[in-house]
Amino acid sequence: MAGPMKMRATLAGGYTDVRVLMTHPMATEQQSKGQPHFIQNLTVKVNGKTVIEGEISQVVSRNSVFSFRLKGGAKGDQIEVSWLDNKGDTNKTEAAVA
Amino acid sequence: MIKRAFACAAALVFAPAFAQQKSPFADYQRMTVEGSPVELFELGGEELWKKPQGPKSASLEKCDLGKGPGVLKGAYASLPRHFKDVDRVMDLEARLVHCMVTLQGRSREEITKSLFGSADRPSEMEYLSAYIAGQSRGVKMAPGGSHPKEKESYQLGKALFFHRTGSWDFSCASCHGEEGKRIRMSDLPVLSDPKAARPLIATWPAYRVSNSQFKTMQWRINDCYRQMRMPEPTFASDTTIALNMYLATTAKGAEYRGPGTKR
Repeated sequence: MAGPMKMRATLAGGYTDVRVLMTHPMATEQQSKGQPHFIQNLTVKVNGKTVIEGEISQVVSRNSVFSFRLKGGAKGDQIEVSWLDNKGDTNKTEAAVA
Repeated sequence: MIKRAFACAAALVFAPAFAQQKSPFADYQRMTVEGSPVELFELGGEELWKKPQGPKSASLEKCDLGKGPGVLKGAYASLPRHFKDVDRVMDLEARLVHCMVTLQGRSREEITKSLFGSADRPSEMEYLSAYIAGQSRGVKMAPGGSHPKEKESYQLGKALFFHRTGSWDFSCASCHGEEGKRIRMSDLPVLSDPKAARPLIATWPAYRVSNSQFKTMQWRINDCYRQMRMPEPTFASDTTIALNMYLATTAKGAEYRGPGTKR
């Protein structure tokens, strides 16, 4: 079962800064002796519209922190971040821009 | 992030004199804090705090950490302290064990089976420490110091801090007694000096980026004893609580900023 996620989205000077924490072992091929377990796809949606589709790999550390900046945005905009890992596990979190 | 890493490397290569003046520890510390997942442990701890467990199928929500049953705000910052109901000085972890036994009806043996977890399986104590300590953010650290047993605990902790023993004849002060010492990328602050103890104690317990684990104060003391080649201290014993009491009292007055993030 996927562990908790936490996200903060704040508006500052015409940009929305988003910081999201993801609980995940992010086990590499080498560490896990051939049983890697890592997040492969990361999707960011703003008000239901996909704005980022990212592919990440084993090089990202355990309990990953992903932060990015979106141009524009308004207070109350709904941001959704979801991930899908190589074993098919998935999780998502939502937050309103503050 | 990449830009910053380049800037750092450039400073080290081209300007050694500059690097000497400005502590690289501070930069390193700032960068680890920026990417800290410590809040995830707080979330996990909150879930455990509210989860009914044990033969009595009770949660810990009525646990009295010194501010009244269930009161978490500022509770960590006022520990260790004397608890009337058991007539004993307790730190956070000792009190949690007490609550798990009394409220949830669990056995001490079962509770202490897995105290210090791994990256794959963090322990209950680690999650709970993160959550409870997080509820003291911004609160000034004020451990108990008026009850005779609190004073006794402080004195014992102080004596232990300077007591040299074991096969290497080490004391805590062997590493934490001289200014300007370090182990790899970690400063070794003089913990008997309030000026050095405050910023450190105010950021424990903490997440360690080097092994992706959340570490509690009881773990910190346990592992210092291991590094000193001493027999393993008993979890939440009067000895470990006394050391905790000595450190917290030395750091008293500091604003709690944890749970922190360490190398």
